[in-house]
Amino acid sequence: MIGRLFKFHGGIKPDAHKHESASVAIERAPLPSRLVVPLRQSTRASARCIVEVGQKVLKGQRIGEPEGMLGTAVHAPTSGTVIDFGRYTMAHASGLETRCVVIEPDGEERWVEHAAFDAERAGRDASLAWLRDCGLVGLGGATFPSHVKLGKGSGVDTLILNGAECEPWITCDDRLMRERADGILAGARILFRLIGARELVIGIEDNKPEAIAAMRAAAQRVDDPVRIQPVPSLYPAGGEKQLIRVLTGIEIPYGKLSADYAVQCFNVGTAYAVYRAIAHGEPVLSRIVTLTGNVARPGNWEVLIGTPIDELLPLAQPKADTNRYLMGGPMMGFALPRLDVPIVKGSNCIIASSPTLLPPPPPEQPCIRCGECARACPAELQPFELYWHSRARNFGKAQEYKLFDCIECGCCAYVCPSHIPLVDYFRFAKSEIWARERDNTAADQARERFEFRNYRQEREKEEKAAKLAAKAAETRAKLATDTTAVKAEASTATAEDPKKALIAAALARAQAQKASTEVRNTEDLSAETKADIAEIEARRKALNLTAAPPPALAPKAGDPRPDEAPAVEAEGSPQS
Amino acid sequence: MIHSPYIRKPASVQRVMGLVLLALVPGITAYALKVSAGILVNLALASLTAVAAEALMLALRKRPIAIAVTDLSAIVTAWLVALCFPPIVPWWLTMLAVLVAIIVAKHLYGGLGQNPFNPAMVAYCSMIVAYPALMSQWPAAGSLSFDTQLGLILGGARDLDGMTGATALDALRTGLRSGASSVEAVLQGSAFGFFGGRGWEWVSLGYLGGGLLLLATRIITWHMPAAFIAALSLISGTFWLFDPTRFASPLFHLASGGAMLAAFFIVTDPVSGATTPRGKLIFAAGIALIAWLIRSFGAYPEGIAFGVLLMNICVPLIDKKTQPRVFGHRRRDEGGWR
Repeated sequence: MIGRLFKFHGGIKPDAHKHESASVAIERAPLPSRLVVPLRQSTRASARCIVEVGQKVLKGQRIGEPEGMLGTAVHAPTSGTVIDFGRYTMAHASGLETRCVVIEPDGEERWVEHAAFDAERAGRDASLAWLRDCGLVGLGGATFPSHVKLGKGSGVDTLILNGAECEPWITCDDRLMRERADGILAGARILFRLIGARELVIGIEDNKPEAIAAMRAAAQRVDDPVRIQPVPSLYPAGGEKQLIRVLTGIEIPYGKLSADYAVQCFNVGTAYAVYRAIAHGEPVLSRIVTLTGNVARPGNWEVLIGTPIDELLPLAQPKADTNRYLMGGPMMGFALPRLDVPIVKGSNCIIASSPTLLPPPPPEQPCIRCGECARACPAELQPFELYWHSRARNFGKAQEYKLFDCIECGCCAYVCPSHIPLVDYFRFAKSEIWARERDNTAADQARERFEFRNYRQEREKEEKAAKLAAKAAETRAKLATDTTAVKAEASTATAEDPKKALIAAALARAQAQKASTEVRNTEDLSAETKADIAEIEARRKALNLTAAPPPALAPKAGDPRPDEAPAVEAEGSPQS
Repeated sequence: MIHSPYIRKPASVQRVMGLVLLALVPGITAYALKVSAGILVNLALASLTAVAAEALMLALRKRPIAIAVTDLSAIVTAWLVALCFPPIVPWWLTMLAVLVAIIVAKHLYGGLGQNPFNPAMVAYCSMIVAYPALMSQWPAAGSLSFDTQLGLILGGARDLDGMTGATALDALRTGLRSGASSVEAVLQGSAFGFFGGRGWEWVSLGYLGGGLLLLATRIITWHMPAAFIAALSLISGTFWLFDPTRFASPLFHLASGGAMLAAFFIVTDPVSGATTPRGKLIFAAGIALIAWLIRSFGAYPEGIAFGVLLMNICVPLIDKKTQPRVFGHRRRDEGGWR
């Protein structure tokens, strides 16, 4: 059970700032005046609204039906009335909007009927569906649907619970582990069975001794072997790839899923939500949010999903010189562009910032290639090379230096003596490359369409030529038999025949001349246009739009230009 | 708008350069006390010239002046130039060298962080080619009074026979080339102390101490000094064991000339040097090899400066071919190796 720990390269040790809020017990935040519940819970998954404006809803009642592979259900966080359904701004660095159901709480917190789910009896598929219908997504921040992450139920040996919480200031997982260790462990055991793992490890940074002790005590109370593993406090130890590396020695490369390497990782908060969903039938209606930073009363609050942040902030009593608010930690979080945005399932922390607490970075200076960034990079990249190429818009080179392996943890920018916002350059380069790839895809599709059109036209031309040649041969054969028949007739009958033949020949000549005059205005056109005309003529022919030419216009044997207009016209002639 | 991360380590270019200057102080102290106090005049002269040239170039290039002048990088260059030069070179030579370093080697290439060649070494090489006589007049340690040194620096008559002695490396070269005498015979001369040049041993020791400070404060990594010292010891040791009468010992090579200054302060210039761990080893070992070759067989007594410039040229190739493995990737897998 005692596994040896591995190290990841680089990492930094910023001031943890955990003590401000770590000692404050979780409190339930009061009901806000309204709840703005987004139907889109992750980038790739949205839910379909199933309530109407004016409708009364109960706490835990489903208001959004899961759609698509990655969809999860959305629920009313409290009882009340739906007062709006429309687009609202989200907590996002760019202030994106998404469709939201707005609920005015009635203050009664009346629950919809709910009951525990017997996962053992219902079986695996039903359990995953249950989790999906309970709106279970990763509460560590990525909000990836848990039922998808649980996968096929085989092939995963090690289940890791991430309780590292390596970002400074954030203490929501710390408090959850201290106060609800039994629930976390119960959820972990449910996940453990659903995923079919052989080993359960809970990784916690060693700067949280109380959480480690609480989890160890809880582990004593269960039969299953659980390894509570303290890991060195070194940011970003809580990054999924880094934690997996530390606990198992396995490295998950960019673009690969941890499940491909027989490991799966869930946040401790997710495990607790799984426990609530299975053991109590409660969907995800709230989460723990740390309010800290430049505030008089830092703490950890159990907040209903959809609570507007500006209604939450007064609980922490921000100080007067607060100039902005960060969502998430100071290393990977973002400054909120506005505060009337809701708490969502991935919101773990809000930090009030002041110019003295989180001062703006000093001006950017030239890179001196000191290599500090490379020594700090947990992805083992050479950030100064990436910076060099990103800055020069040399994106191909940046990709050669594995730009997309960057996890944007911010270690490089943190240590840079030249104060270069390295991560900004990498985000810029990534988005430029994505934009180019989108353009390329569009161009590729257009080119493919064009090439296929050319190919199709060429093929049709060939088919026509083949058909025509076959027809010509047929006509020739027919003509030959006709002539012999006529000759045979002539030998016995009238002398009018030569005259008749002469008339027919003259008629044919005149027709031929007429036909060539008709097409004269198209003679100077390019082969392509001619082909187009031919195609059009053929279509017309098929629709009987052109008068059928007289039989005498049938192509002469061995017509050297079977692809040109008159010949094509002949194609549909009654003779054939 | 400012993006994450919102916290920064209290680090700055100024702090890096300041620590390098601080680390040079023990070596400079030993230099002034044991060899020649004139170095202090040269250091001051070089510093003033460097700051003026830096400000001038920044103004011409329309760049913010204050932040770049106060980053101390020009002063580091100036000190390294002065420390490489004989302490009694005339004032205009020091100034000319610093101007070459700051204007040509640094700013014409785009300023701090952009120069492919080590500016101090560009200055040294161009001056030793242009003024070989002035650049090889080294006073014997402690032989000249400060007044005499000052007079020479300020352009006094340079009747130097009897005043200057050859440096240890120089004496060894001429000694060996003049005839039958062995290394040991040459080393009996007055220019030599216990390991290397008399008096200079202390300077080398001072540089070593400063270098250890840089290692302790993580301004430099162990790779370059270790590779430089190891490679110089290995190559000189091999030949010394092979023929001790014709080749000097590793200890002599390490304690003489600019070996210690180079190992910790010159080879380790981050801007113009290799950056990957393996690349740093190759880069520094290459300099040591070239330096030893020039010292032993070349036309100049000291070859480190040429070694640095030659290896500077190789840096893009070395860096490209020694990229470290990226997390989750196998060594030398797809991409980055074309």
